[in-house]
Amino acid sequence: MTTLTARQDRAPLDAVLLFIFTSIAALGALLATAFSDDRLFRFHGYVFLAAFVLGSSALAIGLSSGRFKSPQDRYDDGVVRAGVIATMFWAVVGLLVGVVIASQLSWPNIFYFPEAGWLNFGRLRPLHTSGVIFAFGGNALICTSFYVVQRTCRARLAGGITPWLVFWGYQLFIVLAATGYLAGITQSREYAEPEWYIDLWLTVVWVAYLLVFLGTIWKRKEPHIYVANWFYLAFIITIAMLHIVNNLALPVDLLNHRSYSLFSGVQDALTQWWYGHNAVGFFLTAGFLGMMYYFVPKRAERPVYSYRLSIVHFWALIFIYIWAGPHHLHYTALPQWAQTLGMTFSIMLWMPSWGGMINGLMTLSGAWDKLRTDPVIRMMVVSIAFYGMSTFEGPLMSIRAVNSLSHYTDWTIGHVHSGALGWVGFISFGAVYCMVPWLWKKERLYSNRLVEWHFWIATTGILLYIAAMWVSGIMEGLMWREYTPEGFLANSFVETFSAKHIENIIRALGGLLFLSGAVIMSYNLWRTVRMPGSVPSKASDGPAPALIAAE
Amino acid sequence: MWKQHAKLERNSIFLVIGILLVVSIGGLVEIAPLFWLESTIEKVKGVRPYTPLELAGRDIYIREGCYVCHSQMIRPLRDEVERYGHYSLAAESMYDHPFQWGSKRTGPDLARVGGKYSDAWHRDHLIDPRSVVPESVMPPYAFMANRELEYKDVKAKVSAMTKLGVPYTQAMIDNAAADLEAQADPFSSGGTALKKRYGDKVVQRDFDGDPDHVTEMDALIAYLQMLGALVDFKTYQAEAPENLR
Repeated sequence: MTTLTARQDRAPLDAVLLFIFTSIAALGALLATAFSDDRLFRFHGYVFLAAFVLGSSALAIGLSSGRFKSPQDRYDDGVVRAGVIATMFWAVVGLLVGVVIASQLSWPNIFYFPEAGWLNFGRLRPLHTSGVIFAFGGNALICTSFYVVQRTCRARLAGGITPWLVFWGYQLFIVLAATGYLAGITQSREYAEPEWYIDLWLTVVWVAYLLVFLGTIWKRKEPHIYVANWFYLAFIITIAMLHIVNNLALPVDLLNHRSYSLFSGVQDALTQWWYGHNAVGFFLTAGFLGMMYYFVPKRAERPVYSYRLSIVHFWALIFIYIWAGPHHLHYTALPQWAQTLGMTFSIMLWMPSWGGMINGLMTLSGAWDKLRTDPVIRMMVVSIAFYGMSTFEGPLMSIRAVNSLSHYTDWTIGHVHSGALGWVGFISFGAVYCMVPWLWKKERLYSNRLVEWHFWIATTGILLYIAAMWVSGIMEGLMWREYTPEGFLANSFVETFSAKHIENIIRALGGLLFLSGAVIMSYNLWRTVRMPGSVPSKASDGPAPALIAAE
Repeated sequence: MWKQHAKLERNSIFLVIGILLVVSIGGLVEIAPLFWLESTIEKVKGVRPYTPLELAGRDIYIREGCYVCHSQMIRPLRDEVERYGHYSLAAESMYDHPFQWGSKRTGPDLARVGGKYSDAWHRDHLIDPRSVVPESVMPPYAFMANRELEYKDVKAKVSAMTKLGVPYTQAMIDNAAADLEAQADPFSSGGTALKKRYGDKVVQRDFDGDPDHVTEMDALIAYLQMLGALVDFKTYQAEAPENLR
């Protein structure tokens, strides 16, 4: 008995190891900062140093006051709650930057500052894309995957304090990437702009993430691994592969922020778009399908529509997606055989994508009345509809003849946003609306009326946005190739640009509406958390939604 | 078949291996052959590595995110070839670590912008784009005209490029800083050596009109002015069998 008490009083090993790791890393950051003569590298050295010092101090305080216990009979929800807060914070930041750069393209005389180069479009645009994809989307994926894997395995997160390393390590990655873009630290690979040392840090965090996720699956008390976890697992593994290969680069010097990619020209281009398209396929699709497969059946209180369909579309989706990259390089100097291959697989991709859509939508069979009564369900259903729409539009745009018109134009931007705002945004918002009352042990959300407002304002915003981009994209594509009867090009480039002024303004307005929706949501969630009276939550402790065929 | 799938659902390691196998195939089939198929890159005359000043300018182009709005890839379509010039060849970006083909044309393609405008136009346009193109939405880059170019690491940069397979000679590495200074000064005595190393077509000018300083503007304009001007299209035969891909 005494030995047992002694064992429990001992400091948890994982926290001690993490304390040692952060202390050594702080020392390393200090030395690297001290010896570098590269201004930008030093700047990020200080950020690393501050993060590691804060981390090790927090660990030291926690250890000395006897925290960091992990009771195995309870789910680890603290890190999920933190993830929900981070998700909403970065959503507002990322969307706000989007509105700013849309305004820059609409009113360049107002929103540019000649002496503040770091606020120029070229530096803010990666901040917007990474902010929305990786900061908002990434946090949504990490926190929902931590929530889902615990419930579907009926086991506490593995690794003791390691989930917190994943959470804070990922926030550090975001801060490094974001401040880096503003300071001009970029390797110019779209959606993989962070430089080599930030990539290395993300690799460490990502491996920890994979181990926590897999470790929890290993502890499961259910014989089967639930379908949502297949998708989360495919997302984590494939993103690791893509991230490592696409970021292979040679640093100019170990104390210099700049690196040059290992590949050049045509090989580099295909590697980048193999990555780029599968950032869409695995980060923005597979991961969020995992989210759909848990929260839609749970909220609708219906089983997943078809077990067989989920198997078929899972394997088909992850196999085919990886081939689709070359459709970003139609009519370029990439050899035509690769372009044709990419196009063929992109068209085939339509089917597994719609397999996911059908499985999600049909899960509501028998519960369609909830669309009227539950705005959260409605939001998730609309998100699946947007998923279906953009995964139809994508194969269409990957056809070479269509692509010759759409490529380089705003049509692509509209396509991305129907996926990002409609699918990724709404399914994440739906999941967060579900989770907040469950996590903070409240009976309900503060206000369903505010969810209604959020839904309609945001939907209007998306429709304004994508309609404006369809018009401007197809218009500029046609204007670029327009000839006069005499056989001369009809339009100068700048004429094609100034023709889009109104559409640019509508786009900025659409983005502003979507941002307003997210702000309303944040307020609603904050009031929900502050609501008095906690009730034991039924939903969060129930078993996983059954995966029984409904045919 | 459905029963077999239960094995994957019950064993996470099988599932992980299955996922890894399935997601590796596409990339291996599409990307790997590009490294050994000789037809991937055309045989052309004239493409050379960037001079140190151009390389510094290219790094500024990347730093400012120019690739976000400007492509450097002219497609073989009638209107593009008439608007921008000969369609881009793979050989033209074979020393580009990383490539700068871009994906969006908020501004025009820049693959052949070299030599199309004067240095003074570029300077005015970069300082205040709307002073020369009233409808433009490009950001202003006035700060570049006043900012001294930092190039203490230019030798390390050239040297890193060499390790990646760009054919810089030892003399090019050793004289990187001197070549950089010489290219931005039309009266420099180092110009002869620079041209001996990089070829006679290298432009040696005071790009930003400020002879006292080597600024970021100098480097960026030097880079813009050589874009797409390297390949000798008089000797390039697009229809030759080795150039059909």
